Amino acid sequence: MTASATHGAIDAVWRIESAKIIAGLARIVRDVGLAEELAQDALVAALERWPESGIPDNPGAWLMAAAKNRALDYYRRTKLLERKHEELGREIEAEHEMAAADFAAAVDSALDDDIGDDLLRLVFVACHPVLSTEARAALTLRLLCGLTTDEIARAFLVPEPTIAQRIVRAKRTLAETRVPFEVPRKDELAARLASVLEVVYLVFNEGYSATAGEDWMRPALCGEALRLGRIVAELVPQEPEAHGLVALMEIQASRALARIGPSGEPILLLDQDRSRWDHLLVRRGLAALARAEELDGRLGPYALQAAIAACHARSRTAEETDWTRIAALYDALAQIAPSPVVELNRAVAVAMAFGAAEGLALVDALASEPALKHYHLMPAVRGDLLVKLGRLDEARAEFERAASLTRNAREKKLLLDRASASYKIRVVK
Amino acid sequence: MRFMVMVRATKDSEAGVLPDEKILTEMGKFNEELVKAGVMLAGEGLQASSKGARVRFSGSKRTVIDGPFAETKELIAGFWLWQAKSKEEAIEWVKRCPNPFSGESEIEIRQVFEAEDFGAEFTPALRKQEERIRARAAAKKK
Repeated sequence: MTASATHGAIDAVWRIESAKIIAGLARIVRDVGLAEELAQDALVAALERWPESGIPDNPGAWLMAAAKNRALDYYRRTKLLERKHEELGREIEAEHEMAAADFAAAVDSALDDDIGDDLLRLVFVACHPVLSTEARAALTLRLLCGLTTDEIARAFLVPEPTIAQRIVRAKRTLAETRVPFEVPRKDELAARLASVLEVVYLVFNEGYSATAGEDWMRPALCGEALRLGRIVAELVPQEPEAHGLVALMEIQASRALARIGPSGEPILLLDQDRSRWDHLLVRRGLAALARAEELDGRLGPYALQAAIAACHARSRTAEETDWTRIAALYDALAQIAPSPVVELNRAVAVAMAFGAAEGLALVDALASEPALKHYHLMPAVRGDLLVKLGRLDEARAEFERAASLTRNAREKKLLLDRASASYKIRVVK
Repeated sequence: MRFMVMVRATKDSEAGVLPDEKILTEMGKFNEELVKAGVMLAGEGLQASSKGARVRFSGSKRTVIDGPFAETKELIAGFWLWQAKSKEEAIEWVKRCPNPFSGESEIEIRQVFEAEDFGAEFTPALRKQEERIRARAAAKKK
């Protein structure tokens, strides 16, 4: 095996094993940052050793053992320091030997235990609300997905030092605020799970509708978010919202190919060629939604959004879309998770189900919403409805305004095209 | 990227011998691991080729050939569809798979084509398709 092939294999092993190793160590040392450093040390050892010795038959176990040794070394070193400070005698030294043996046994049992609980703890700590969502996202990709800081930086289009610093600070905050390495108590669970799912969906959206830059989407980031979502859903299989989020992401991702035109421009949902949707992902999304529905009669915000996405996924043509049902689902969503953006979407569904004039009335009622003031889809939707009502001059102004509000170059172009299209329609008339 | 991971047939699988309980249990555990890691997209086991058929094409002529087929080692007994970051990751997962049969067996890893793999050659077709969609959308608006 060549050196680069070995490195490729080590990368792959790291991707598969790193989260488990970090999670197992974190339970022992009670510090996620330290656990990650110890695991990294084990990786460095593998990078030194494996190109010569070849990859061991059970590379995961090898890494675990190496990380365990690093943990023991660390334990001995810190104990030794303490001992020097306290100038303890021989008896205590013997005691320490025993303590070290106990520690080794504890490490062994922790690493042999079912790793699922530790992974779940790791997810909850990495997504702890004490951290900003950006920090949570970076730390989660690093700890759970085994991405390097460089990979994370490229995914988010920010310089590598920014991400490195974000991760260092996040680890420090976790240590300083003494965030316990545990699954939250029952009364906290819902809020903490929401914090985890929020991070997963943030990563997905960063990939799916890139907020900045030239590309309309960055598929690698969507892929990571999907994988992360699937992992989380299997860690908390009794939580309907975890399956709801997976369903939502699978169905949205199924449209990835159809929502981009040949020269990279976005194609809107109703104009997409549905034969180009990824039907494997659609099926997986519908299955995940069914799991969420089986668990609980009342759907949460992610499951409701997934149910809306599923309405589109089940319609063979745009014309077949059940807009009345979609409007009702948005209504339900607005009740449990009220937000101006949901209201705006509800207005679109109402316009489709009951006519553009009714939709426009709802949109205009949102005009004073501060949250929508700089939201580019607000004028875009208004423009759409005005075109349908034949008010083309007003429509053009709205599309131009929408274009001025988006930071995404592809989206800006689409909106400007629509502005000039509504101008052309007027000329032809 | 996606990978199709195929389990090659063996004399036993072709004879319709079902895997024993030990292999089934181990395979179940492995599949569960794949699901928990968010890697597995789909997977199925296939019946012996005696229950299958082939259609041979020669120009415009089609000939149906019923199974079984002789070249056992070239046949497929089961497959998965995985989402992985690299071929190396898929290989590492396959190395963790229990031997699907007692004795010798083989698993093949093949990368699935994705849109970007088609490169420039795919663009004209895509463009035509795009024009069709636009025409349809325009007709609708009238």
